[in-house]
Amino acid sequence: MVDKILAPVLSLSGLGLVFGSLLAYASQKFAVEVDERIPLVNDTLPGANCGGCGFAGCGAFAAAVVEGKAPVDGCPVGGAGTSAAIAEVMGVAVDNAERKIARVLCNGTDEQTKEKYAYYGVTDCIAASKLGGGSKSCAYGCLGLGTCAKACPFDAIKMEDGIAVIDADKCTACGQCVTACPKNVIELIPESRTTWVMCKSKDKGKEVRAVCGTGCIGCKLCEKACKFDAVHVVDNIAIIDYEKCVNCNQCVVKCPKNIINGKAEVKKAYIHEDKCIGCTICKKQCKFDAVEGELKGKHKIVEENCVGCALCAVKCPKKCIEMR
Amino acid sequence: MKELIVIALGAILIENFVLVKFLGICPFLGVSRKVETALGMGMAVTFVMVLASLITWLVQTFILEHFHIQYLQTIAFILVIAALVQFVEMFVQKASPTLYQALGVYLPLITTNCAVLGVALLNIQKEFNLIKSLVYGVGAAIGFTLAIVLFAGVRERLEIADIPKPLQGFPIALITAALLSIAFLGFQGLKF
Repeated sequence: MVDKILAPVLSLSGLGLVFGSLLAYASQKFAVEVDERIPLVNDTLPGANCGGCGFAGCGAFAAAVVEGKAPVDGCPVGGAGTSAAIAEVMGVAVDNAERKIARVLCNGTDEQTKEKYAYYGVTDCIAASKLGGGSKSCAYGCLGLGTCAKACPFDAIKMEDGIAVIDADKCTACGQCVTACPKNVIELIPESRTTWVMCKSKDKGKEVRAVCGTGCIGCKLCEKACKFDAVHVVDNIAIIDYEKCVNCNQCVVKCPKNIINGKAEVKKAYIHEDKCIGCTICKKQCKFDAVEGELKGKHKIVEENCVGCALCAVKCPKKCIEMR
Repeated sequence: MKELIVIALGAILIENFVLVKFLGICPFLGVSRKVETALGMGMAVTFVMVLASLITWLVQTFILEHFHIQYLQTIAFILVIAALVQFVEMFVQKASPTLYQALGVYLPLITTNCAVLGVALLNIQKEFNLIKSLVYGVGAAIGFTLAIVLFAGVRERLEIADIPKPLQGFPIALITAALLSIAFLGFQGLKF
């Protein structure tokens, strides 16, 4: 009777003991030496393993940072917060770059463009672009087969009406879609810049009109409208210099084809008169004659002239201009 | 010798663990998105299966049968497999961090991979000796690897295929698995 209880108990616990001690031995024998900073850095990373940093994944990036092979602000996804956290672990300072967002520079939906031929191949833009540049009438436009959406590790890209639409809230500027797109219609644009041209066509105006209802025809109206020398028509396509652009929306309003994306709501400047000292700096800054007032006198905004570029608000030494 | 070849071929083709016996479906569906990781999973399972057939046979013969406690078979075998998987995990982490990352959660899941326990139990059920058990374990593991790699190859191509919306993802994967299984049914007629 005692045998019947003892035998199974002893043999099973014996087995457990043997395996346990073997595992204990193996865990020391095969211990992986890890720099204690690597898991710390890894914890601060988003953990999406998107490869936007150029390394195989978050773990590889963390190892590279600790070894000094990657910069602490090398993670495009985490942005400033992550960079600061990594810098804290590594004990270095970091200068923050502005967050960027991927934007689709094409507005040629199925309604606006035509099909050159019916495409029945694999659902992949790269494959389609090999067949005479894809089935879309415009040779420069988004093919809409969703190669970028598949490449996006953050589920930020949806295909709508034959073009890619990026959810700015989900986008982390990892750059996977930019690399994946065979037509190069996706670009990383600084988050604060709301003005961009939704077209990549280098064709002349007449040809663009023939293939797309909403393409850039190179009319240069935007170039003339810009008071900051930020828009230039090169090779029949308007290109915005994001360093110079102040989001004044003048080109957006002037564009006859409505292909320049502008900010959703225009906030006009307002001067708090109690704080204004009449230094005239805002007046000198304004390129739209939207500030009136004399030296040493209180200044006022002419609402109908103000375009909301916020140049005055940035320069005001008394910080008495509010955008609202 | 002939008998051993029959056992091995039987385990690989005729009684393929995944496609005929429907054992180990979890990793079969879970880690079959890329051929590379599928192959890695196959290797890990092979390693565990072969060692498991060896050790469980020894445990069965020298401990369970010796003490007449065959009723503890399942729990003893799971103990063996769990320890083995732990060992493999440590080994893979040391030897190939990339493979370790690629296998992810599926590596510890081999513990509950019924194909491994299945091999161990079938060895005893079929009253194999040690050599036959080993050959059966190797055959079953190769069969598993073959099935998962074939399946991953098909799924890689399905990624870019024009699949009707309701069938995208797992539905088409299951249909593919079913077709693959039917194809393996053709080996049933194989006789030696």
